[in-house]
Amino acid sequence: MTAQTQFSGGFQNAPVQAAHAFRAAMTVMAQPGEIRDLRGAQPPKPLSIAAGTLLLTLCDPETKVHLAGEFNTDGVREWLTFHTGAPISQAAVADFAVGSWAELSPLGSFRIGTAEYPDRSATLIVECDALQQAGAILSGPGIKDTARLSLPDAPALQANAALYPLGCDFFFTCGDRVAALPRSTQISVEA
Amino acid sequence: MNEYNFAYLDEQTKRMIRRAILKALAVPGYQVPFASREMPMPYGWGTGGVQVSAATLTPEDTFKVIDQGADDTTNAVSIRKFFENTAGVKTTEETEKATVIQTRHRTPEAKLRKDQIIVYQVPIPEPLRFLEPRETETRKMHSLEEYGLMHVKLYEDISQHGAISTAYAYPVKVSDRYVMDPSPIPKFDNPKLEMDAIQLFGAGREQRIYAVPPHTKVVSLDFEDYPFEATKADHPCDLCGAEDSYLDEVIMDDAGNRMFVCSDTDYCRSRREAGHVGRLAEENAA
Ligand SMILES: [Zn+2]
Repeated sequence: MTAQTQFSGGFQNAPVQAAHAFRAAMTVMAQPGEIRDLRGAQPPKPLSIAAGTLLLTLCDPETKVHLAGEFNTDGVREWLTFHTGAPISQAAVADFAVGSWAELSPLGSFRIGTAEYPDRSATLIVECDALQQAGAILSGPGIKDTARLSLPDAPALQANAALYPLGCDFFFTCGDRVAALPRSTQISVEA
Repeated sequence: MNEYNFAYLDEQTKRMIRRAILKALAVPGYQVPFASREMPMPYGWGTGGVQVSAATLTPEDTFKVIDQGADDTTNAVSIRKFFENTAGVKTTEETEKATVIQTRHRTPEAKLRKDQIIVYQVPIPEPLRFLEPRETETRKMHSLEEYGLMHVKLYEDISQHGAISTAYAYPVKVSDRYVMDPSPIPKFDNPKLEMDAIQLFGAGREQRIYAVPPHTKVVSLDFEDYPFEATKADHPCDLCGAEDSYLDEVIMDDAGNRMFVCSDTDYCRSRREAGHVGRLAEENAA
Protein backbone atom coordinates (compact mmCIF):
# COMPACT_ATOMS: atom_id res chain seq x y z
CA MET A 1 0.00 0.00 0.00
CA THR A 2 1.31 3.40 -0.94
CA ALA A 3 1.54 6.22 1.53
CA GLN A 4 -1.48 8.47 1.60
CA THR A 5 -0.99 11.75 -0.21
CA GLN A 6 -3.04 14.88 -0.18
CA PHE A 7 -4.50 13.81 -3.54
CA SER A 8 -6.04 10.58 -2.32
CA GLY A 9 -8.92 9.90 0.01
CA GLY A 10 -11.51 12.19 -1.61
CA PHE A 11 -14.94 11.17 -2.89
CA GLN A 12 -14.89 8.78 -5.85
CA ASN A 13 -18.31 10.00 -6.98
CA ALA A 14 -18.80 13.35 -5.25
CA PRO A 15 -22.43 14.13 -6.23
CA VAL A 16 -23.75 10.81 -4.96
CA GLN A 17 -21.46 10.35 -1.96
CA ALA A 18 -22.05 13.93 -0.80
CA ALA A 19 -25.81 13.43 -1.17
CA HIS A 20 -25.72 10.31 1.02
CA ALA A 21 -23.42 11.97 3.55
CA PHE A 22 -25.63 15.03 3.79
CA ARG A 23 -28.71 12.90 4.42
CA ALA A 24 -26.93 11.23 7.33
CA ALA A 25 -25.80 14.62 8.67
CA MET A 26 -29.27 16.10 8.28
CA THR A 27 -30.92 13.10 9.92
CA VAL A 28 -28.76 13.31 13.04
CA MET A 29 -29.02 17.12 13.27
CA ALA A 30 -32.82 16.84 13.00
CA GLN A 31 -32.97 14.03 15.58
CA PRO A 32 -30.44 14.58 18.36
CA GLY A 33 -29.40 11.27 19.91
CA GLU A 34 -29.64 9.33 16.63
CA ILE A 35 -26.39 7.77 15.39
CA ARG A 36 -25.75 7.10 11.68
CA ASP A 37 -22.97 5.63 9.54
CA LEU A 38 -21.06 8.30 7.64
CA ARG A 39 -18.52 7.15 5.05
CA GLY A 40 -17.03 8.14 1.72
CA ALA A 41 -13.79 9.94 2.54
CA GLN A 42 -10.45 8.32 3.44
CA PRO A 43 -8.83 11.24 5.24
CA PRO A 44 -5.31 11.33 6.68
CA LYS A 45 -4.88 10.56 10.38
CA PRO A 46 -5.92 11.69 12.92
CA LEU A 47 -9.15 12.62 11.07
CA SER A 48 -11.84 9.95 11.34
CA ILE A 49 -13.72 8.74 8.27
CA ALA A 50 -16.89 10.43 9.55
CA ALA A 51 -15.18 13.78 10.23
CA GLY A 52 -13.39 13.70 6.88
CA THR A 53 -16.65 12.88 5.09
CA LEU A 54 -18.44 15.79 6.83
CA LEU A 55 -15.67 18.19 5.78
CA LEU A 56 -15.86 17.08 2.13
CA THR A 57 -19.66 17.35 2.21
CA LEU A 58 -19.99 20.78 3.80
CA CYS A 59 -16.78 22.76 3.24
CA ASP A 60 -15.49 24.71 0.25
CA PRO A 61 -13.76 28.05 -0.46
CA GLU A 62 -16.69 29.87 1.19
CA THR A 63 -16.17 28.24 4.62
CA LYS A 64 -13.36 28.84 7.07
CA VAL A 65 -12.17 25.75 8.90
CA HIS A 66 -10.30 25.66 12.20
CA LEU A 67 -8.10 22.62 12.87
CA ALA A 68 -7.56 22.27 16.61
CA GLY A 69 -4.42 20.91 18.24
CA GLU A 70 -3.20 17.58 16.90
CA PHE A 71 -5.57 17.92 13.92
CA ASN A 72 -3.59 20.89 12.64
CA THR A 73 -0.97 18.86 10.75
CA ASP A 74 0.60 19.43 7.33
CA GLY A 75 -1.14 16.28 6.12
CA VAL A 76 -4.64 17.35 7.23
CA ARG A 77 -4.16 20.93 6.00
CA GLU A 78 -2.98 19.80 2.58
CA TRP A 79 -5.72 17.19 2.23
CA LEU A 80 -8.46 19.64 3.21
CA THR A 81 -7.11 22.39 0.96
CA PHE A 82 -6.74 20.06 -2.03
CA HIS A 83 -10.20 18.51 -1.76
CA THR A 84 -12.29 21.46 -0.55
CA GLY A 85 -10.35 24.70 -1.08
CA ALA A 86 -11.50 25.77 2.37
CA PRO A 87 -9.28 28.39 4.03
CA ILE A 88 -7.76 27.30 7.35
CA SER A 89 -8.60 29.82 10.08
CA GLN A 90 -8.40 30.79 13.72
CA ALA A 91 -11.19 29.58 16.01
CA ALA A 92 -12.76 33.05 16.34
CA VAL A 93 -13.75 33.32 12.67
CA ALA A 94 -14.29 29.65 11.84
CA ASP A 95 -17.48 28.31 10.23
CA PHE A 96 -16.37 24.76 11.02
CA ALA A 97 -13.86 23.42 13.52
CA VAL A 98 -12.48 19.93 14.02
CA GLY A 99 -10.73 18.52 17.05
CA SER A 100 -11.02 16.54 20.22
CA TRP A 101 -13.23 18.05 22.90
CA ALA A 102 -10.19 19.07 24.97
CA GLU A 103 -8.63 20.86 22.00
CA LEU A 104 -11.85 22.66 21.05
CA SER A 105 -12.49 23.84 24.62
CA PRO A 106 -13.32 26.37 25.87
CA LEU A 107 -16.25 26.96 23.53
CA GLY A 108 -16.06 30.70 24.13
CA SER A 109 -13.55 31.06 21.27
CA PHE A 110 -16.17 30.22 18.63
CA ARG A 111 -18.81 32.33 16.91
CA ILE A 112 -22.33 31.94 18.34
CA GLY A 113 -24.19 34.03 15.73
CA THR A 114 -25.87 37.39 16.25
CA ALA A 115 -29.35 38.22 17.52
CA GLU A 116 -30.51 38.98 13.97
CA TYR A 117 -28.47 36.22 12.28
CA PRO A 118 -28.18 33.30 14.72
CA ASP A 119 -27.19 31.08 11.76
CA ARG A 120 -23.80 32.82 11.60
CA SER A 121 -22.34 30.50 14.21
CA ALA A 122 -19.67 27.82 14.18
CA THR A 123 -20.38 24.14 13.66
CA LEU A 124 -17.96 22.01 15.70
CA ILE A 125 -16.96 18.52 14.62
CA VAL A 126 -15.88 16.80 17.83
CA GLU A 127 -13.81 13.63 17.42
CA CYS A 128 -14.76 11.19 20.18
CA ASP A 129 -13.30 7.93 21.48
CA ALA A 130 -16.80 6.52 21.93
CA LEU A 131 -20.29 7.34 20.69
CA GLN A 132 -23.25 5.70 22.37
CA GLN A 133 -26.92 6.24 23.00
CA ALA A 134 -26.22 6.43 26.71
CA GLY A 135 -25.42 9.06 29.28
CA ALA A 136 -26.86 12.57 29.16
CA ILE A 137 -30.63 12.90 28.72
CA LEU A 138 -31.68 15.03 25.75
CA SER A 139 -35.03 16.68 25.06
CA GLY A 140 -36.36 19.35 22.71
CA PRO A 141 -36.92 19.73 18.96
CA GLY A 142 -36.30 16.50 17.03
CA ILE A 143 -36.75 14.29 20.08
CA LYS A 144 -39.84 12.27 20.99
CA ASP A 145 -39.93 12.48 24.80
CA THR A 146 -36.23 11.97 25.58
CA ALA A 147 -33.08 10.54 24.00
CA ARG A 148 -29.66 9.67 25.36
CA LEU A 149 -26.24 10.44 24.00
CA SER A 150 -22.70 10.14 25.32
CA LEU A 151 -21.58 13.79 25.57
CA PRO A 152 -18.01 14.86 26.27
CA ASP A 153 -18.97 17.65 28.69
CA ALA A 154 -22.62 18.12 29.67
CA PRO A 155 -22.17 21.37 31.69
CA ALA A 156 -20.38 23.18 28.82
CA LEU A 157 -23.05 22.02 26.37
CA GLN A 158 -25.82 23.07 28.76
CA ALA A 159 -24.23 26.52 28.88
CA ASN A 160 -24.22 26.58 25.07
CA ALA A 161 -27.93 25.62 24.98
CA ALA A 162 -28.66 28.43 27.45
CA LEU A 163 -27.54 30.92 24.78
CA TYR A 164 -30.42 29.84 22.52
CA PRO A 165 -31.24 30.97 19.84
CA LEU A 166 -27.52 31.75 19.69
CA GLY A 167 -24.85 29.12 20.20
CA CYS A 168 -22.69 26.57 18.41
CA ASP A 169 -23.97 23.35 16.84
CA PHE A 170 -22.11 20.04 17.14
CA PHE A 171 -21.39 16.86 15.26
CA PHE A 172 -19.82 14.06 17.29
CA THR A 173 -17.76 11.67 15.18
CA CYS A 174 -16.22 8.33 16.06
CA GLY A 175 -14.72 6.17 13.34
CA ASP A 176 -17.37 6.01 10.63
CA ARG A 177 -20.30 7.06 12.83
CA VAL A 178 -21.87 10.42 13.57
CA ALA A 179 -24.36 12.02 15.97
CA ALA A 180 -25.29 15.67 16.41
CA LEU A 181 -26.37 18.15 19.03
CA PRO A 182 -27.97 21.40 17.88
CA ARG A 183 -28.08 24.36 20.28
CA SER A 184 -31.85 23.78 20.67
CA THR A 185 -31.40 20.57 22.68
CA GLN A 186 -32.00 20.66 26.42
CA ILE A 187 -29.53 18.52 28.36
CA SER A 188 -29.87 16.97 31.78
CA VAL A 189 -27.78 14.48 33.69
CA GLU A 190 -29.04 12.03 36.26
CA ALA A 191 -28.14 12.95 39.79
CA MET B 1 -28.27 11.93 -16.43
CA ASN B 2 -25.08 13.90 -15.92
CA GLU B 3 -23.63 12.67 -12.65
CA TYR B 4 -21.61 15.84 -12.27
CA ASN B 5 -24.78 17.88 -11.95
CA PHE B 6 -26.84 15.39 -10.01
CA ALA B 7 -30.25 16.99 -9.37
CA TYR B 8 -29.38 19.93 -11.67
CA LEU B 9 -27.45 22.06 -9.17
CA ASP B 10 -23.65 22.10 -9.05
CA GLU B 11 -21.93 20.74 -5.95
CA GLN B 12 -20.94 24.13 -4.52
CA THR B 13 -24.53 25.38 -4.67
CA LYS B 14 -25.82 22.22 -3.00
CA ARG B 15 -23.20 22.59 -0.23
CA MET B 16 -24.36 26.15 0.42
CA ILE B 17 -28.00 25.02 0.58
CA ARG B 18 -27.09 22.04 2.77
CA ARG B 19 -25.28 24.28 5.26
CA ALA B 20 -28.37 26.51 5.39
CA ILE B 21 -30.63 23.48 6.00
CA LEU B 22 -28.48 22.32 8.94
CA LYS B 23 -28.60 25.77 10.58
CA ALA B 24 -32.34 25.92 9.91
CA LEU B 25 -32.81 22.60 11.74
CA ALA B 26 -30.67 23.85 14.64
CA VAL B 27 -32.85 26.96 15.10
CA PRO B 28 -36.39 25.78 14.28
CA GLY B 29 -38.59 28.42 12.64
CA TYR B 30 -35.75 30.90 12.04
CA GLN B 31 -35.33 31.96 8.39
CA VAL B 32 -31.79 31.28 7.16
CA PRO B 33 -30.74 33.44 4.17
CA PHE B 34 -29.32 31.57 1.18
CA ALA B 35 -28.12 32.56 -2.28
CA SER B 36 -30.97 31.32 -4.43
CA ARG B 37 -30.00 30.20 -7.94
CA GLU B 38 -31.75 30.65 -11.25
CA MET B 39 -33.75 27.53 -11.94
CA PRO B 40 -35.17 26.45 -15.30
CA MET B 41 -38.68 27.41 -14.20
CA PRO B 42 -40.29 30.72 -13.19
CA TYR B 43 -40.58 31.96 -9.59
CA GLY B 44 -43.96 30.98 -8.28
CA TRP B 45 -43.28 27.47 -9.58
CA GLY B 46 -41.58 26.49 -6.38
CA THR B 47 -37.95 27.33 -7.14
CA GLY B 48 -37.16 27.48 -3.40
CA GLY B 49 -38.67 24.08 -2.79
CA VAL B 50 -36.96 22.70 -5.89
CA GLN B 51 -33.54 23.86 -4.65
CA VAL B 52 -34.12 22.36 -1.20
CA SER B 53 -35.26 19.08 -2.77
CA ALA B 54 -32.21 19.09 -5.08
CA ALA B 55 -29.89 19.43 -2.09
CA THR B 56 -31.75 16.70 -0.19
CA LEU B 57 -32.38 13.94 -2.77
CA THR B 58 -30.21 10.85 -3.17
CA PRO B 59 -30.48 8.50 -6.19
CA GLU B 60 -32.30 5.92 -4.02
CA ASP B 61 -35.15 8.27 -3.07
CA THR B 62 -38.75 8.00 -4.19
CA PHE B 63 -40.11 11.47 -4.84
CA LYS B 64 -43.67 12.79 -4.73
CA VAL B 65 -44.91 16.26 -5.68
CA ILE B 66 -48.20 17.71 -4.46
CA ASP B 67 -49.81 20.88 -5.75
CA GLN B 68 -52.88 21.97 -3.75
CA GLY B 69 -53.24 18.34 -2.68
CA ALA B 70 -53.07 16.94 -6.23
CA ASP B 71 -50.28 15.08 -8.02
CA ASP B 72 -51.54 15.73 -11.55
CA THR B 73 -51.42 19.51 -12.00
CA THR B 74 -49.04 21.00 -14.58
CA ASN B 75 -46.82 22.36 -11.81
CA ALA B 76 -46.56 19.05 -9.94
CA VAL B 77 -46.00 17.03 -13.12
CA SER B 78 -43.23 19.31 -14.35
CA ILE B 79 -41.35 19.29 -11.03
CA ARG B 80 -41.66 15.50 -10.87
CA LYS B 81 -40.31 15.17 -14.43
CA PHE B 82 -37.50 17.61 -13.62
CA PHE B 83 -36.14 15.35 -10.89
CA GLU B 84 -36.78 12.14 -12.86
CA ASN B 85 -34.54 13.64 -15.56
CA THR B 86 -31.86 15.36 -13.46
CA ALA B 87 -31.59 13.01 -10.46
CA GLY B 88 -32.87 9.75 -11.90
CA VAL B 89 -35.10 9.25 -8.87
CA LYS B 90 -38.19 7.09 -8.83
CA THR B 91 -41.43 9.04 -8.43
CA THR B 92 -44.76 8.12 -6.94
CA GLU B 93 -48.19 9.56 -6.24
CA GLU B 94 -48.56 7.44 -3.11
CA THR B 95 -47.70 9.33 0.06
CA GLU B 96 -46.74 6.13 1.84
CA LYS B 97 -44.17 5.12 -0.79
CA ALA B 98 -42.46 8.52 -0.99
CA THR B 99 -39.26 9.26 0.92
CA VAL B 100 -39.12 12.93 -0.11
CA ILE B 101 -42.32 14.91 -0.76
CA GLN B 102 -42.35 18.40 -2.22
CA THR B 103 -45.59 20.28 -1.66
CA ARG B 104 -47.39 23.49 -2.41
CA HIS B 105 -50.39 24.57 -0.31
CA ARG B 106 -51.07 21.30 1.54
CA THR B 107 -49.77 18.84 4.12
CA PRO B 108 -50.80 15.27 3.26
CA GLU B 109 -53.69 13.76 5.22
CA ALA B 110 -51.70 10.57 5.87
CA LYS B 111 -49.47 10.66 8.93
CA LEU B 112 -45.87 11.01 7.77
CA ARG B 113 -43.11 8.78 9.16
CA LYS B 114 -39.74 9.64 10.66
CA ASP B 115 -37.92 8.38 7.56
CA GLN B 116 -39.81 10.83 5.33
CA ILE B 117 -38.93 14.43 4.48
CA ILE B 118 -41.45 17.04 3.35
CA VAL B 119 -40.33 20.15 1.47
CA TYR B 120 -42.75 23.09 1.33
CA GLN B 121 -42.70 25.67 -1.45
CA VAL B 122 -42.94 29.10 0.15
CA PRO B 123 -43.89 32.33 -1.66
CA ILE B 124 -43.54 34.79 1.27
CA PRO B 125 -41.51 33.37 4.17
CA GLU B 126 -41.75 36.40 6.47
CA PRO B 127 -44.91 36.22 8.61
CA LEU B 128 -44.43 39.84 9.71
CA ARG B 129 -44.04 41.21 6.17
CA PHE B 130 -47.60 42.53 5.83
CA LEU B 131 -47.13 44.44 9.11
CA GLU B 132 -43.64 45.73 8.33
CA PRO B 133 -42.21 45.89 4.80
CA ARG B 134 -38.59 46.50 5.84
CA GLU B 135 -36.42 43.41 6.22
CA THR B 136 -34.12 45.16 8.73
CA GLU B 137 -37.13 45.82 10.96
CA THR B 138 -38.64 42.33 10.76
CA ARG B 139 -35.21 40.82 11.60
CA LYS B 140 -35.11 43.08 14.65
CA MET B 141 -38.64 42.10 15.65
CA HIS B 142 -37.74 38.39 15.49
CA SER B 143 -34.53 38.97 17.44
CA LEU B 144 -36.47 40.74 20.21
CA GLU B 145 -39.44 38.33 20.04
CA GLU B 146 -41.52 41.40 19.36
CA TYR B 147 -44.65 39.67 18.14
CA GLY B 148 -47.27 41.96 19.70
CA LEU B 149 -48.25 43.51 16.36
CA MET B 150 -49.06 40.08 14.98
CA HIS B 151 -51.47 39.46 17.84
CA VAL B 152 -53.00 42.90 17.32
CA LYS B 153 -53.65 42.07 13.65
CA LEU B 154 -55.32 38.77 14.55
CA TYR B 155 -57.38 40.49 17.22
CA GLU B 156 -58.54 43.17 14.76
CA ASP B 157 -59.83 40.29 12.65
CA ILE B 158 -61.91 39.12 15.57
CA SER B 159 -63.37 42.55 16.27
CA GLN B 160 -64.24 43.05 12.58
CA HIS B 161 -65.39 39.56 11.62
CA GLY B 162 -66.20 37.92 14.94
CA ALA B 163 -63.48 35.35 14.23
CA ILE B 164 -59.92 35.18 12.96
CA SER B 165 -60.42 35.39 9.20
CA THR B 166 -56.93 34.19 8.26
CA ALA B 167 -57.62 30.86 6.56
CA TYR B 168 -54.25 30.14 4.90
CA ALA B 169 -50.64 30.72 5.99
CA TYR B 170 -51.93 30.99 9.54
CA PRO B 171 -48.94 32.00 11.71
CA VAL B 172 -47.43 29.58 14.21
CA LYS B 173 -44.89 29.85 17.01
CA VAL B 174 -42.17 27.20 16.77
CA SER B 175 -40.54 25.71 19.84
CA ASP B 176 -41.69 28.68 21.97
CA ARG B 177 -39.41 31.08 20.10
CA TYR B 178 -39.88 32.06 16.42
CA VAL B 179 -43.13 33.05 14.75
CA MET B 180 -43.18 31.27 11.38
CA ASP B 181 -45.26 31.28 8.21
CA PRO B 182 -46.19 27.65 7.52
CA SER B 183 -46.60 28.55 3.78
CA PRO B 184 -50.10 28.93 2.29
CA ILE B 185 -51.47 25.66 3.68
CA PRO B 186 -55.04 25.87 5.01
CA LYS B 187 -55.14 26.38 8.75
CA PHE B 188 -56.80 22.94 8.88
CA ASP B 189 -53.27 21.59 8.27
CA ASN B 190 -51.64 23.51 11.12
CA PRO B 191 -52.06 20.77 13.77
CA LYS B 192 -50.21 18.36 11.43
CA LEU B 193 -47.07 20.53 11.62
CA GLU B 194 -46.17 18.61 14.79
CA MET B 195 -45.16 15.43 13.01
CA ASP B 196 -42.59 12.61 12.90
CA ALA B 197 -41.03 13.69 9.56
CA ILE B 198 -38.47 16.42 8.88
CA GLN B 199 -40.14 19.57 7.46
CA LEU B 200 -38.08 21.91 5.27
CA PHE B 201 -39.32 25.20 3.80
CA GLY B 202 -37.77 26.89 0.76
CA ALA B 203 -38.51 30.38 -0.59
CA GLY B 204 -36.70 30.99 -3.90
CA ARG B 205 -37.47 34.60 -4.75
CA GLU B 206 -37.10 35.67 -1.09
CA GLN B 207 -33.99 33.48 -0.61
CA ARG B 208 -34.88 31.90 2.71
CA ILE B 209 -34.76 28.36 4.10
CA TYR B 210 -36.33 27.32 7.39
CA ALA B 211 -37.19 24.06 9.08
CA VAL B 212 -39.18 22.22 11.72
CA PRO B 213 -37.52 19.04 13.04
CA PRO B 214 -39.69 16.05 14.03
CA HIS B 215 -41.60 16.29 17.33
CA THR B 216 -41.14 20.05 17.55
CA LYS B 217 -43.74 22.12 19.37
CA VAL B 218 -45.72 24.17 16.84
CA VAL B 219 -48.51 26.37 18.23
CA SER B 220 -50.97 28.34 16.10
CA LEU B 221 -51.25 31.87 17.48
CA ASP B 222 -54.56 32.47 19.25
CA PHE B 223 -56.28 34.03 22.24
CA GLU B 224 -57.74 32.53 25.36
CA ASP B 225 -61.25 33.69 24.48
CA TYR B 226 -60.79 32.86 20.76
CA PRO B 227 -58.86 29.58 20.63
CA PHE B 228 -57.43 28.40 17.31
CA GLU B 229 -59.74 26.16 15.28
CA ALA B 230 -58.56 23.92 12.44
CA THR B 231 -61.69 24.42 10.37
CA LYS B 232 -62.78 22.86 7.09
CA ALA B 233 -66.04 22.55 5.12
CA ASP B 234 -68.55 20.83 7.42
CA HIS B 235 -69.27 17.99 5.05
CA PRO B 236 -67.98 14.48 4.28
CA CYS B 237 -66.14 13.82 0.99
CA ASP B 238 -68.70 13.06 -1.73
CA LEU B 239 -66.43 10.45 -3.29
CA CYS B 240 -64.90 8.56 -0.37
CA GLY B 241 -67.02 9.65 2.60
CA ALA B 242 -64.02 10.88 4.63
CA GLU B 243 -65.03 13.21 7.43
CA ASP B 244 -61.50 14.00 8.57
CA SER B 245 -59.96 15.40 5.39
CA TYR B 246 -59.67 18.88 3.91
CA LEU B 247 -62.21 19.37 1.12
CA ASP B 248 -62.33 21.29 -2.14
CA GLU B 249 -65.71 22.55 -3.30
CA VAL B 250 -66.26 21.72 -6.95
CA ILE B 251 -69.06 23.24 -9.08
CA MET B 252 -70.51 20.42 -11.19
CA ASP B 253 -72.90 22.02 -13.65
CA ASP B 254 -74.61 25.23 -14.80
CA ALA B 255 -77.41 24.62 -12.33
CA GLY B 256 -74.95 25.32 -9.53
CA ASN B 257 -74.82 21.77 -8.18
CA ARG B 258 -71.65 21.28 -6.22
CA MET B 259 -69.72 18.52 -4.60
CA PHE B 260 -67.09 18.34 -1.88
CA VAL B 261 -64.05 16.18 -2.51
CA CYS B 262 -60.81 15.50 -0.67
CA SER B 263 -58.14 17.98 -1.72
CA ASP B 264 -55.55 15.22 -1.11
CA THR B 265 -56.14 13.10 -4.22
CA ASP B 266 -53.96 10.21 -3.04
CA TYR B 267 -55.83 10.03 0.28
CA CYS B 268 -59.20 9.99 -1.52
CA ARG B 269 -58.12 7.34 -4.04
CA SER B 270 -56.65 5.04 -1.40
CA ARG B 271 -59.85 5.30 0.66
CA ARG B 272 -62.00 4.46 -2.39
CA GLU B 273 -59.73 1.54 -3.22
CA ALA B 274 -60.24 0.33 0.34
CA GLY B 275 -64.00 0.31 -0.27
CA HIS B 276 -65.10 3.60 1.31
CA VAL B 277 -67.99 5.19 -0.55
CA GLY B 278 -69.23 8.78 -0.50
CA ARG B 279 -72.64 10.30 -1.31
CA LEU B 280 -72.18 10.67 -5.08
CA ALA B 281 -70.51 7.32 -5.49
CA GLU B 282 -73.52 5.77 -3.71
CA GLU B 283 -75.97 7.55 -6.06
CA ASN B 284 -74.07 6.31 -9.08
CA ALA B 285 -74.15 2.79 -7.75
CA ALA B 286 -77.90 2.97 -7.07
ZN1 LIG C 1 -62.32 11.71 -0.48
